[in-house]
Amino acid sequence: MSALTQSTPAAARSDAAPERELRPPSYWPFVVPALVVVLAIIIFPWVFTIWMSMNEWKVGSPTTFVGLSNYLRLTNDPRFLEAVGHTLVYTVLSVVLPLVLGTLSAVVFHQKFAGRGFLRGVFIMPMMATPVAIALVWTMMFHPQLGVLNYLLSLVGIPAQLWVFHPATVIPSLVLVETWQWTPLVMLIVLGGLAAIPTEPYESAQIDGASFWQVFRFITLPLIMPFLFIAGMIRMIDAVKSFDIIFAITQGGPGSASETINIYLYSVAFTYYDLGYGSAIAVVFFLLIVLLAAVMLYARQRMVWTEIARGA
Amino acid sequence: MANHNISRRTLLTGTAAAGALSLTGLPARAEVNWKKYAGTKLEVILAKGPRGDNLQKNIKEFTELTGIQVESEQIPEQQQRQKVVIELTSGRPSFDVVHLSYHVQKRQFEKAGWLADMTPFMKDPTLTAPDLVESDFSAAGLQYAKNDKGQMLSLPWSVDYFILYYNKELFQKKGVAVPKTLDEMVAAAEKLTDAKDGTYGFVGRGLRNANMTLWTNFFLNYGGEFLDAKGNILTDGPEAVAATKLYQTLLTKVAPPGVAGFNWMESMASFTQGRSAMWIDGVGWAPPLEDPAASRVVGKVGYTVVPAGPKGQYSATYGDGIGIAAASKNKGAAYLLCQWVVSKKQGARLLQAGGGVPFRNSILNDAEVQSGVKMPKEWLQSVIDSAKISKLGLPVIIPVAEFRDLVGAAVTSTLAGTDPATELKKAHDQFRPILERSEKA
Repeated sequence: MSALTQSTPAAARSDAAPERELRPPSYWPFVVPALVVVLAIIIFPWVFTIWMSMNEWKVGSPTTFVGLSNYLRLTNDPRFLEAVGHTLVYTVLSVVLPLVLGTLSAVVFHQKFAGRGFLRGVFIMPMMATPVAIALVWTMMFHPQLGVLNYLLSLVGIPAQLWVFHPATVIPSLVLVETWQWTPLVMLIVLGGLAAIPTEPYESAQIDGASFWQVFRFITLPLIMPFLFIAGMIRMIDAVKSFDIIFAITQGGPGSASETINIYLYSVAFTYYDLGYGSAIAVVFFLLIVLLAAVMLYARQRMVWTEIARGA
Repeated sequence: MANHNISRRTLLTGTAAAGALSLTGLPARAEVNWKKYAGTKLEVILAKGPRGDNLQKNIKEFTELTGIQVESEQIPEQQQRQKVVIELTSGRPSFDVVHLSYHVQKRQFEKAGWLADMTPFMKDPTLTAPDLVESDFSAAGLQYAKNDKGQMLSLPWSVDYFILYYNKELFQKKGVAVPKTLDEMVAAAEKLTDAKDGTYGFVGRGLRNANMTLWTNFFLNYGGEFLDAKGNILTDGPEAVAATKLYQTLLTKVAPPGVAGFNWMESMASFTQGRSAMWIDGVGWAPPLEDPAASRVVGKVGYTVVPAGPKGQYSATYGDGIGIAAASKNKGAAYLLCQWVVSKKQGARLLQAGGGVPFRNSILNDAEVQSGVKMPKEWLQSVIDSAKISKLGLPVIIPVAEFRDLVGAAVTSTLAGTDPATELKKAHDQFRPILERSEKA
């Protein structure tokens, strides 16, 4: 017993000595948990998706390696090519419209007027609702015979529209829902931007006799541009991958008039159980998103530089 | 001598025994050992709807009868199909008993070998009530449940016939008779259409994919067959073109605007609001049509079979069944549950509430069961008549979903005025390679 108690401090001392020699302790053990998580939930699924996309991989059948033939099939698939077109149209519309309307409403809500706080609260309410619930309500509102939208149009003498029930109007109608829901987000971001603008430029513009439009065009707009870019970026990513509203309202119809890449991808992977081909679509879709994001980032970089150049 | 003298006591005992037997419905010899698997726990996955409700509502009776505990969950149809397929693919499904849609999943399940063979169970008199025999199921049901080798891979649960719903009030107002043929139906629909007034002669599914279940009624009545002997798809032949032309005429000339985007829900809305005079769809919509809280046409709805075409009269038929996962460790108990699900008592409840139609003739044709049906008598008659002209409403292939999407899109696009033959050909050029690939795999 006494031998033990005596030896313990000695052992501790001898342990402590080499530890000091090993310093500085490396930091990499602290990175490992994060690395494992990233590998497991980001890198591995991606590598696996790419692997799946190179196989004929159908649920219930054995898989065979087919190289790039799933990608070749994409180039000959009219449904896919159409879906790319629909995605681009849908995305452009549902980025531009909320940006324009959101900026305008931000300018309005930036003014001081009675009940502003309350109205701001009301305005951002659509953003809080669940997309699928909204979609179901809108579906009934769009009904050509029984919907409230056609009733409202009839009050002002406009003939009944077919909304989501006609191939030509389905995408604009879906964008209407998307715009209704996401304009408040843009408004919030831009409102933040407006609050950060100093008042001096406005005062000097007033002295110089600038019109409202000139003030907006040459002072407000350039100063909130960085915020608009952020809003645009968020909107673009959301719009490209929009799924819930389209799926709940039209499921890509009528025909395939509102079938975006996402909806088609879903059908291929989870209705046709063609996981290989679905993965190929997912990979191409991902590249498309990366490309769009890169274009936007590039545009933002350029804008910053030209502005600095102009300023200098 | 004594043998011929029946005493009061023996007579009473005999009658009581006979009475008890007739109550259970079992002859003396077959003794089903319902308690054989007492204590087992089963997991069931169901598609949301009246069938699932009917099971969950009465499951206590099954537990009392067998001592088997049942855990069940209902999931909306589309999600249920996905979940089931993903779990079965994994090889370790979380359920023992599965509710499947025959018209979508039959081939897929057979080819993948996901379902256990029930034939040996059905031959075992200690596990099968004597009234459960193959011949009691309708032909369509057996066609769905059996594979090429004649094995029963599931028990046919509920069948969905397409019937013609019509608005008696509108028919009377215009003095139109109930159509017996498709040509008469077009003529009637034209008379019933009054666009200024907002009423139309016909409504039905226009939405891609969903619309195929309506279209095939026309296709079959024009003499169409889905597949030839070699398994080649035939839905772009002359019968298909004729059927599509009829579909195009009905849905563009005499149907409400926007019908190209209608699924059953929008169609039903138009019919229950009295805006459309005729509607062809599944037999299961009688309860909402006769519900005063949801419908303006309560008591005014006529029910009849789909009108005849130039090459015959068929009702496109769909259905669901209940099967045992091949990977289940409780197949015996699961079989007892499947048997109970399609039993006379459960089937009668389903039919009487209008929530589905049992595949078993002994239930459908039972006068006592019929008298308990809460829906109008005409509805029941249309069901019985449809059973006689029933024909599978979709090709039995693996890529059913692709078929419905591609051909359905072609059929929908004719509503914008394109040529049926061209559209069908285009769709089949896309579909044929998919079919070949899936059958080869």
